[in-house]
Amino acid sequence: MTVLAPRTVDELERILADSPDHTILSGGTDLMVEVNLHGRRPTAIVSLRSVEELHAWTFDHERVTIGAAVPYATMEVGELAGLVPALAQAARTVGSPQIRAAGTLGGNLGTCSPAGDGLPVLSALEATVHIRGNGDRRDVPFADFMVGVKRNALRAGEFVHSVSIPRVDGWQGYAKVGTRNAMVIANASTCLVRDRSAGRVRVALGAVGPTILRCPEAESWLAANSDLRGNTPPSADVRAEFSRLVSQASRPIDDHRSTAEYRRHAVGVLARRLLERSYQ
Amino acid sequence: MSTPSGIGSENYSLTVNGRSHDVKDSWIGESLLYVLRERLGLPGAKGACEQGECGSCTVVVDGRAVCSCLVLAASVVDTSIVTVEGLGDGGRLSDVQQAFLDCGGVQCGFCTPGFIVAVHHLLESVPDPDDHQIREALSGNICSCTGYGRILEAVQQVAVARRSK
Amino acid sequence: MNTTNTIAPPRPGTLGTDASRPDGVAKVQGGFAFSSDMWAENMLWGATLRSPHPYARIVSIDTTAAWKIAGVEAIITADDVPGLATYGLIMQDQPVFARVGDTVRYTGEPVAAVAADHPETCKRALAAIRVEYEVLPPVLDPETCIDGTAPVIHPDGNVLRHQRIVSGDPTVTGDVVVEGLYEVGMQDQAFLGLEAALALPDPGGTGVELYIATQWLHEDRKQIAACLGLPEDKVRLVLGGVGGAFGAREDISLQVHTCLLALRTSRPVRIAYGREESFYGHVHRHPAKIWMRHHADRSGRLVKVESRMVFDGGAYCSTSPAVLINAITHTQGPYKCDNAVVEGWALRTNNPPCGAMRGFGVVQACFAHESQMDKLAAACGVDPVRIRLLNAMQTGDRLITGQIVDSVAPVAECIRETAAIPLPPDMEADPNVLDLPGGSGRTADRHHIKRGVGWGVSIKNLMYSEGFDDYSTARCRIDDGVVTLKFATAEVGQGFVMLAQQIARTVLGVDEVLLDTIDTQVGSAGSSSASRQTWMSGGAVDAACRAARDELFKMVAADNGLDPSRLAIDGTDIVEVGGSFRRPVVQAARGKRVDETREYHHQPTEDLDENGQGNCHVAFAFVAHRAVVDVDIELGLVKVVQVATAQDVGRVLNPKSCVGQVEGGIAQGLGLAVMEEIVVQDGRVRNPSFTDYLLPTFLDAPQVDVVFVEEFEPKSPLGAKGVGEPPCISVTPAIANAIRQATGRDLPRVPVRPSDICL
Repeated sequence: MTVLAPRTVDELERILADSPDHTILSGGTDLMVEVNLHGRRPTAIVSLRSVEELHAWTFDHERVTIGAAVPYATMEVGELAGLVPALAQAARTVGSPQIRAAGTLGGNLGTCSPAGDGLPVLSALEATVHIRGNGDRRDVPFADFMVGVKRNALRAGEFVHSVSIPRVDGWQGYAKVGTRNAMVIANASTCLVRDRSAGRVRVALGAVGPTILRCPEAESWLAANSDLRGNTPPSADVRAEFSRLVSQASRPIDDHRSTAEYRRHAVGVLARRLLERSYQ
Repeated sequence: MSTPSGIGSENYSLTVNGRSHDVKDSWIGESLLYVLRERLGLPGAKGACEQGECGSCTVVVDGRAVCSCLVLAASVVDTSIVTVEGLGDGGRLSDVQQAFLDCGGVQCGFCTPGFIVAVHHLLESVPDPDDHQIREALSGNICSCTGYGRILEAVQQVAVARRSK
Repeated sequence: MNTTNTIAPPRPGTLGTDASRPDGVAKVQGGFAFSSDMWAENMLWGATLRSPHPYARIVSIDTTAAWKIAGVEAIITADDVPGLATYGLIMQDQPVFARVGDTVRYTGEPVAAVAADHPETCKRALAAIRVEYEVLPPVLDPETCIDGTAPVIHPDGNVLRHQRIVSGDPTVTGDVVVEGLYEVGMQDQAFLGLEAALALPDPGGTGVELYIATQWLHEDRKQIAACLGLPEDKVRLVLGGVGGAFGAREDISLQVHTCLLALRTSRPVRIAYGREESFYGHVHRHPAKIWMRHHADRSGRLVKVESRMVFDGGAYCSTSPAVLINAITHTQGPYKCDNAVVEGWALRTNNPPCGAMRGFGVVQACFAHESQMDKLAAACGVDPVRIRLLNAMQTGDRLITGQIVDSVAPVAECIRETAAIPLPPDMEADPNVLDLPGGSGRTADRHHIKRGVGWGVSIKNLMYSEGFDDYSTARCRIDDGVVTLKFATAEVGQGFVMLAQQIARTVLGVDEVLLDTIDTQVGSAGSSSASRQTWMSGGAVDAACRAARDELFKMVAADNGLDPSRLAIDGTDIVEVGGSFRRPVVQAARGKRVDETREYHHQPTEDLDENGQGNCHVAFAFVAHRAVVDVDIELGLVKVVQVATAQDVGRVLNPKSCVGQVEGGIAQGLGLAVMEEIVVQDGRVRNPSFTDYLLPTFLDAPQVDVVFVEEFEPKSPLGAKGVGEPPCISVTPAIANAIRQATGRDLPRVPVRPSDICL
């Protein structure tokens, strides 16, 4: 039998240490597309289905920790959605309900597509990726985890155990543009977090660069030019300049889904609208 | 069933609609959709995209409605799988199946089994869905014939009937 | 009991009622056998190797490595085609396989096929076949075929058809002139049930049986038999369950390949395309560029229409010439116009082959003329509804081809009925995010949205044109009281199987009607296309049932000493008009055998002459659409809120079914308006998947409010017109016009892309 189904994280770690070429299977929504359509022929598979620890999520007053194998459907509604609303909003846009019942944040991180819907949220919330493998544990900030188009910081024998997301005093939201009203890959997406205690916003952009992009210039400029702690929204001029700076931070390309020009425009609009929403 | 020479060696069993089925000499990359259709004689789940973008292959695995084209068959050995063939009661139509017929929700019928499974699953989790909930829950099931109008009516009709029971 | 003075409701299951589909139970239970579900003992899988280049000479094909893969049972190329090397509906210009020394002319053209014991083995074998290509610069711009700068890429030339229409006085001009250059993208039929077939070879390879999802069994058989080098009676086709068609199953795709592999291996072979291969395996809706100029008097009354239409037919002919003729002969739309100068071209390029799709050329023409009508309305300072009513065609009007419209033509009624449908309420103060453009992406808030309303009205020909006798055949047997119908009409989801039973129940007064297998063991039914089967096969079934009934009357009359001409069906009884005889049909038919086969032919049509004059079409149907859209102006996203429509149907034969056709067609037209497009770049399809070729989902489908305009069509055997195509034609420009109204943008192209609106 070449599909292994470990029950514990230790067991999983041992399997991958012995055979780092085993393919990790979580929800299957990326891997099986590769197998069905793109000629990928795994010879041995480790399924995360029975590793209960990876299917759990916890929280305390500082952070929410989500196991790598928790499906998006769990993030969309209920308590977890209340704790990380931007993630809930992003989860709701992932593929179809069927995909959300299977697909996981661990899979999003494993694949590391710039259009991965969960990733801008992890970026803007400055999440930490907890990695296991080779008898070791590493905590990698999301910013250092995604290193390129479909490339991440995982080494042979390693796997994503969980992601922890700091709880923020403030507002968070996610918006995504596609050319239909459901089940669509992002042409551009934006997550905005307004951290009231820090008096800052954090903005992360999806599908407009080789990795998820943060917008440090736009973030700093806005912090310097408006009151992000209070309830008074920035002026229209300030919002417009913020929008322009966000667009400027994007590095989109033309492809069959959209154009660079549109994507650049869209993230600016989304960031401005999210900022406005954060005051509603 | 045809047994490939040289590429298949996986042996396992799956529990589908409450029955255990043996799968022999299969290729490791086979999807649950392929195994159901080509090895277990359960062709109700349909394949139309191979990448989770149409919902025609929807089945329920351990209580979750998923696309069987994206399930590695050999990885669901310890689960309970329900296909369209497992709905209804001994050949009698379920209320959802009957409503699809009564409301004109079936034309070519290729998307129908996936829809039937998805609707059953929806109504089990949300017995009294409003139109938005129906539309969103079924937004992963593509139909190119009906424009969804008659399907919406069918789901509404079942919800109303179940409520008055 | 005498019931002649009361109008009884129609008997359940007869014409005019919501009869049930005979295939419905199997379809909801998952047991209905689509062609992809067909299976046979000892079956092999087939697969096709396709060209990765749009234009290239094949230098060599080396199958040595592929043959070494265990489980591979056959590899075939052009050298293994025993009969005609090419096929095609109008011209036989498309090779079964591209041959060494010859060229491939589009990306995806078949080069070889394999049969093996598992789909995965097939994939490995295809990957192991080495094909050496000499890549050539492809012809991608159809205009270069007109100006002659393109190299000739096929022995039959690069012009598939060129036709002019000159009508009335070509020199006349109007006080008001509007013009525009419009573009329609390449749409895919995107049926859900992918191409699939199972071929069973006869012992000794003397013949073959093919289970196939197709629109026209007999035309397929003709082409397959020619390529196999077998007489037609040795090629038996049986309709495998068809998962939608929309025009994509008119042409040969995998039929010949499957049969060849089965004959070569002497084993059953199934080929089943995946979605990507399906995008390469069938023809698409023609992308078109259409220039139009309308002349009108100051009130807005049309004086002249001018147009130049360029249709990119792609690499092979398919039905391009007929699509072009449909487009140019519908230039005027459903409006009276005496003068016209129209020029149309269908051209051969190295782009994907294009052919039939629901609407068949009229979709493209309608997008242009309905865009023009709004421009004309604006130029004349007239309301878009008023300008359409002012010009609405009527029965008896002369078309620009010189043909008189002798069909019922309730254009004004369709417009008025549509206008009478209430508009949807304004958006709520706090709308559900799913109702906003962008949907679950949460891109917009209420104040970002602007609403627009737009109109589209169309005329569509029914049946085949230009002298083609697309007749249909049906057989009705009554055997010991049991009625059985047989026909070769392809049931593609439209519900003909249901209609056939309704006709038989109505004519024969029986409730149980059996349907024989749909196959080639009876005469041709023609294609399930061109909105023609209700009229044509409905006519054939009706004629066969009437003939059988009359035979039965003779027998019953003889048994009972009655005059057969005085017998009639009343409900489920045979009665003597004015007499006392009454007997249930089932009882009267006991022990009797009747077997009647009838063909139905429509009135003959003519070719167009060099000025595009001639009675080329059989009949016409009309429809009006009004679309209401919400647009996020800044992001260019659109949500179609409501489509109101009134359609000329002659007579409603099955209300539920008609509504289903209308709603489905509207969704398809919506797809073309805002999302569905095959993106072709350098001769390659960039989005051959359902991830990137976007079909409307449940959350994109609008509310549809439909009214049927029922005016019995005397030319039609059942009084009914086909309802399949009209719904998808003018809804596209209606939506485009609504977006224009909301945004003030010109939007000369569909699909309207977000960037077209906001950048």
